[in-house]
Amino acid sequence: MKNILPIVTIVLALIVIWYGAAFKMNSTWTYDQAARAGTEVTFSDLLRDTMQQSRPLLPAPHQIASELWNTTVEKKITSKRSMVYQGMITLKTTLLGFVFGIVIGVALATVIVLSRVGRLTLMPWAIISQTIPIVALAPIIVVLSNAVGTGTLMVPKAIIAAYLSFYPVLVSMVKGLTSPDQMQLDLLRTYGARQSDVFWKLRLPSSMPYFFASLKVAVAASFVGAVVAELSTSAISGLGARMLIGSQFGEPMIMWAALFAAAILAGLLIFLVGSFEKAARHLMGGRAL
Amino acid sequence: MSRLDTRAEQVLWPLGFGVLVLALWEFGVRLFGVSPAILPPPSAIFAAILSSGPTLWEDWVQTVVKGALNGLWMGTLAALILAVIIDRFVFLKRGLLPVANFFAALPIVGLAPIMVMWFGFDWHSKAAVVAVMVFFPMLVNMLGGLAAVDTMQRDLMRTYAASHTQTLLKLRGPAALPFLFNGLKIATSLALIGAIVAEYFGSPIRGMGFRISTEMGRLATDMVWAEIVVSAVTGTALYGIVSAIEKRVTFWHPSQRG
Repeated sequence: MKNILPIVTIVLALIVIWYGAAFKMNSTWTYDQAARAGTEVTFSDLLRDTMQQSRPLLPAPHQIASELWNTTVEKKITSKRSMVYQGMITLKTTLLGFVFGIVIGVALATVIVLSRVGRLTLMPWAIISQTIPIVALAPIIVVLSNAVGTGTLMVPKAIIAAYLSFYPVLVSMVKGLTSPDQMQLDLLRTYGARQSDVFWKLRLPSSMPYFFASLKVAVAASFVGAVVAELSTSAISGLGARMLIGSQFGEPMIMWAALFAAAILAGLLIFLVGSFEKAARHLMGGRAL
Repeated sequence: MSRLDTRAEQVLWPLGFGVLVLALWEFGVRLFGVSPAILPPPSAIFAAILSSGPTLWEDWVQTVVKGALNGLWMGTLAALILAVIIDRFVFLKRGLLPVANFFAALPIVGLAPIMVMWFGFDWHSKAAVVAVMVFFPMLVNMLGGLAAVDTMQRDLMRTYAASHTQTLLKLRGPAALPFLFNGLKIATSLALIGAIVAEYFGSPIRGMGFRISTEMGRLATDMVWAEIVVSAVTGTALYGIVSAIEKRVTFWHPSQRG
């Protein structure tokens, strides 16, 4: 970890800039209050007030940290105000969407690799699908899945997450399944191998490193999808919904806490999937891409 | 797999598939008598597009031109400038790259309500969300691109006694272009998502996100679909424009010569 020193420096610098910005942005309100009360503000008053407003324009980092602490450790995890409770809901959506995304991505990649018509037909649409802003489709997806009778919001949210996460898997799997070179394919031909044998014994195993490498991107995409879904389907639970509620009730602290909770959760997910990828690659003989 | 694809095949297969899906949709909706509030047939969506042209145009200008494109150029420009500065300092680069990589994977779209609080309901808040959203992928791609020349090429520039600026303009800048376009392709679809989501948190009475949420509220699903079609066409067109420019500008790159 030779990068640890530069990273820590950058993060510290960002925090310092943040404090500066919080001081600057929140001071307007302090001056307004003082002008209304007809008092003068000294610099130390100003400093104290900008760091502890209850509805700041930009909360100071320690305020966010304490709000996060309050809403994770000090609240019961069954409470609706608990970020752990809300995070679990977003996590469930993410994982469900992630699984959907993997299944769809692998299935489509298989069709694309095995059939020429499949490739010609599906590949352009797969690319187009990612240029369509999914948020525009979100309300429709909710209505349609309600009409089909899924009952909860979980399924439409997971569909939106899957919509964003299947693509990296698809692209990597197409690359992976076509990665065996002509020599290897010819060898199997001399063995008289059938198409299905070529697929199961050569193509699939050689696609595995690509598959594992795509998982990290896919899980991040799925998480973004889950939050976007919560923001755009007027969900009432989940981290995205907390942001919405914070916005509607004018409680910026809730928004910021939810935002940071989301960042922490995303970091954890990416780290976990990344470690899984490393372990899997190690088990399969450590071939790096 | 051995036969080469002709141009006609490359166009007709996907086109045929699209037409087939539309036909099945139209037929299915009519056959099963699906309520238009749940799923209108394509013909009704097409009629809605034709009859409400001015509204769609107004929404498109508000969301795409004012919100998404403004944010896109701001975020991209900021990322370009910062990338060139960071690139000069190894320490900064080693520290910022992992941080930027991490930020690029976060759901930055969650900033939307905060930006609406800061910059108000009009397009400024939308452009701000978009700018932050596209900033990190662009920065990561540009830093990757600026590092994409090998030692041999760098050494050649040194033997020419080229200055840092000259190397940047004549070697590393052009070498970074494929990465820049890669970033732009990601950024254009992020920009539309950001501009539309931000409108769900408050907007003037126009804009695609506003229209989608209000028309959905009164079950005018054909209008919602009309907006979806417009956004889909816009997204695909933006991607197409970026690809076309990429082809013209980076014709020398192996990925374009295949």
